[in-house]
This record gives sequence, structure tokens and C-alpha cells, in this order.
Amino acid sequence: MKALSISGLQKTYANGVQALKGIDLEVEEGDFFALLGPNGAGKTTMIGIVTSLVNKTAGKVSVFDYDIDQDLDGAKACIGVVPQEINFNQFEKVSNVVLNQAGYYGIPRSLARKRAEKYLRQLQLWDKRQELSRTLSGGMKRRLMIARALVHEPRLLILDEPTAGVDIEIRRSMWDFIRRINEQGTTIILTTHYLEEAESLCRNVAIIDDGKIVVNDRMSRVLRKLQLETFIFNLSAEIDEAPTIDGFVVRQVDEHSLEIEIGPDQNLNQVFEQLSALGLTATSMRNKSNRLEELFMRLVESKNNHKGAGAGPRAVP
Amino acid sequence: MRLKADLIGLQTIVYREYKRIMRIWMQTLLPPSITMTLYFIIFGNLIGKRIGQMDGFDYMQFIAPGLIMMSVITNSYGNVVSSFFGAKFGKHIEEMLVSPLPNSFIIIGHVAGGLMRGLLVGVAVTIIALFFTKLDVQHVWITISVVFLTSIVFSLAGFINAVFARDFDDIAIIPTFVLAPLTYLGGVFYSISLLPDFWQQVSKANPILYMVNAFRYGILGVSDIPIAWAYMIIGGFIVLLFSLSLYLMKTGRGIRE
Repeated sequence: MKALSISGLQKTYANGVQALKGIDLEVEEGDFFALLGPNGAGKTTMIGIVTSLVNKTAGKVSVFDYDIDQDLDGAKACIGVVPQEINFNQFEKVSNVVLNQAGYYGIPRSLARKRAEKYLRQLQLWDKRQELSRTLSGGMKRRLMIARALVHEPRLLILDEPTAGVDIEIRRSMWDFIRRINEQGTTIILTTHYLEEAESLCRNVAIIDDGKIVVNDRMSRVLRKLQLETFIFNLSAEIDEAPTIDGFVVRQVDEHSLEIEIGPDQNLNQVFEQLSALGLTATSMRNKSNRLEELFMRLVESKNNHKGAGAGPRAVP
Repeated sequence: MRLKADLIGLQTIVYREYKRIMRIWMQTLLPPSITMTLYFIIFGNLIGKRIGQMDGFDYMQFIAPGLIMMSVITNSYGNVVSSFFGAKFGKHIEEMLVSPLPNSFIIIGHVAGGLMRGLLVGVAVTIIALFFTKLDVQHVWITISVVFLTSIVFSLAGFINAVFARDFDDIAIIPTFVLAPLTYLGGVFYSISLLPDFWQQVSKANPILYMVNAFRYGILGVSDIPIAWAYMIIGGFIVLLFSLSLYLMKTGRGIRE
């Protein structure tokens, strides 16, 4: 079954801005799906339409076969959403934020209390349950929104930048938590600017740009499309200038490190062999940037170049 | 099954509103009580003694029902407009909008909050009035039904104001420039029989006049207008404002993008 099915979705705001220009997208039940795109690409508008916070201009949206035009309440009952901006009542106690949300979904108070305890404990907020929500730190507020979104145990959880502004330790613990939720059967749609997050968590990915889907595929296949990867090699000895390595583009980063581009028909062994032949020892090595980030940047740069050229189809790397 | 779930949602809003009213009682319950005490002291006691009788009653007795109704009207309106606009401004209105709770239940829940505060303040002002004058209720059910229905009218009006409001100025404009003049000119402090014919007819275009007079009829047994007219006007406003609220929620005006 499709957790989410979107066809021909369009949105034009009152000021004439066309945020979505005919989106077609399907997300399978149980999937962990990344929805990526630059700022203003239309991600949040799309999520807003699915969660009924934004009125669509045209198109069809179904959530677990509930058409939002025919049975909006059925669709809403299946969705839990963690929005980009903090949107709970900052003057409510932490526990009441979760309990009220359960109430709006029709969950009896006794069951709501049990679930609130379960999710607040899992998200390390149980000790804060009696505190006013505005006193929480940024990371805690984000976790509170996740607990709130889960209290009615939705079949589809939509996370719009859930880890924005959260430190790396908390972010990783949130990833583990979200991964467990997905393993228990909840379909997850994630938008994020941390592309490492999307790459490590998601099985499928769609990239939305300028109101259109420009990439929609399995994460592994998308990453294979990456034609060129750049690695940073740390060397044991100091170098004055970048050495020449046949067939590779080499740049000096500083006196101890080199940046080397590896094409699709090349491999790292060839680099190591030539470095050894030159008497250089690589003590460590890392990707210059996350692979998905590299792909994403090329996509955006390609778009900008084409805009600058004023013509021609958009190339996807 | 769905109705049971929706009723839990409604109960959640009502309980949340009750907690809000009680949590900020120094803003919701105390100020109207102090204001009305001052009205009773200044208009009723000090000035009222020089005015003498109105419609056969001491001036204090005459204005007491009007002051009770005035506090019910302003507090019912004020509660819903501030609570709903606050939810819009703080974006936590989205918690309700993304849930399967029907729009009608969201409206009723907020109206119940307005009703709760309106009636609590009404009871407090009645108790204060009893320190200054004697009130023998002549028609209990008319008194209760009129105050209840009027509170619903102004709770709905507050809801619509909150839907349209874009900033905090917008929630102050209607109470200051529309509600206050209509209330003060709605027969709270005088009988319209004191006015020249022309102004009596003008006054009859003010719906608050009917509400105040119907309530005064319930308590004192006198009214400037026919009671049946008051019920028709109040009922008409409830139907009209509830339908408009539903329409605004359905179309998302001022709430959804």
C-alpha cells in the first residue's frame, strides 16, 4: 500500500508565487523517505498540503488511500507531523503539550497518559514533564514535538527538519530513535538540510527544486549517479606543492594535505600506488563532503548555470 | 466511534480553556470584578442616589442587570478572541488543525471557553451587586437563558474577530470601537424611554439593547422591548455567526495558507 500518493499537485499563493508546479510522488508503506531541496523549493508547502495546513490549487493527495478531498479526517488520523518551526503553546507544561494533542486525536485521557510517559521517557523528557515548555532548550523543544507527533501512534510520520539547530550528540540519539520508530513499521518522510542524515537514514529520496521533483529514486542508485568524488589525503611529511599524479586532478590544501578527485573509472588503489612511488605516505583519508551533499550541490549549481545560460534542459548528475 | 473521539477532542479544548482562565485569573476574572465594583460605587451609589428612580426602581437596582450583562458580553468576547488569536499567533492552532477534530467542535470548544469565563464573571459581578442592592429574580429561566445565549453570541463574535485578526491591534479594534459604544448605548445605564422618539428608534437598531433589556426583564420584570424580539435576535445571531465561523474554518480564511 502507498503511505502517500501525490499526483499533479500544484500550489499558487495569493501573491502569484507558484510554489508547486505539478508534483507526482509516491511513498511506500514502511519506507524511510528523504525529501530534499534548497530553501524555497516547495518542500514545506507540499508537507503543508498533505497535513491540511495549506490549501492546494490543483492535484490529488491520498494518505493510506484516504483522499484528502473525500476523507480528510481519515487522512489526518494517519499522519503525525513535526514541523520546522516550534508550534506548541510555550505556556503549557511539557506533559500537557502531549496530552492535549492526544485529546485532539480522540485518545482517552488514561491511554494518553501512558503514551505520553512512554514517548517522553524515550525522548529523555520525562524529568521535564512538569516544566513550562518555553523553558526547554532548543533540542528539547524539537524532541517534545516528536513526542507530540507520536502520541496518537501515526502510520505516517512527517519530520520537517527535525534536527535543525540540535547538537551532534542529541542529533545522533534522535536518529537512533527515529530509526527504531521506522523499524516498528511507521512510514517516515524526512526533510533535512543535514544531507548526511538523509544518506544514513533513508532508503529512498526525492529532490524537489523550484516546485518540481527533479530526482526520485532509491538512495543507493542516486548516489551511484555521482560521477566524481573528492577525497582529502593527510600526509605524514610536509609538501611544498601538489605532486603530479597521472590521470588525477590534485590540489594542495596545506603543507600536510592534498585534495584528489576520483572519477567513476578510477580507484583509490591507483592513487595510493602513485603516492607510494613518490615517497609520500597517506596517514588518513576522508570524503571532502558528504556524497549526497556533493550530488545536491551539483544539482543546484547545474540549475544556476542553466539559468545563467538562459536555455537548455536541466542536467541531473 | 468517531463521535466519541470527537467528544474527547472537544472536552480537551474545554478543559484547556478552563485551565487557561484559572491560570491567568488575575487577567481574566479579577479586572472585571474590580471595574464593576467601581461602577456600582460611583454610578450606583454616589451618582445614583441623586438620580432617583428609573422605571420604578432605585438607580442601583436598575443598572445592576445591565452591568452584569455588560461584563458577560465583554468577557465572553475577550476570552475567545484572545485565546484563539493567541493560538494563531503562537502557531499552536496547528495542533488542532492537523488533527481529525471537526471544525464545528473546534468552534464549540472555544465558545464553551468564552461561555465559561462570561458566566464566571457574571456570577462574580452578581455577588458584588448583592453587596449594594437587592435583586429579586422575577423570571429565573429567562434570566438564565438570556445570559447563556448572549454569552454564546459574543463568544462566536470573538472567534470571528480572531480569525480575521492579523496582529494584536486587530483584536482590540472591535471591542474598543464597536462593542464598547454599542454596550454603553444599549440601555445599560438608562431606559430608552428617556430618549426622544428619533433616538429611541435608532437605539432599537442596537442588538445589545435587546439582550440587556431581556436580562433586566428576567431580574426586575421590566423591559423597553418585547422579550420575544430579544430571543429572535439572539437566536438569529447565533445561527448567523456560527455558520460564518464554520465557513471561515472550512475555507481556511486567516488560518490556512
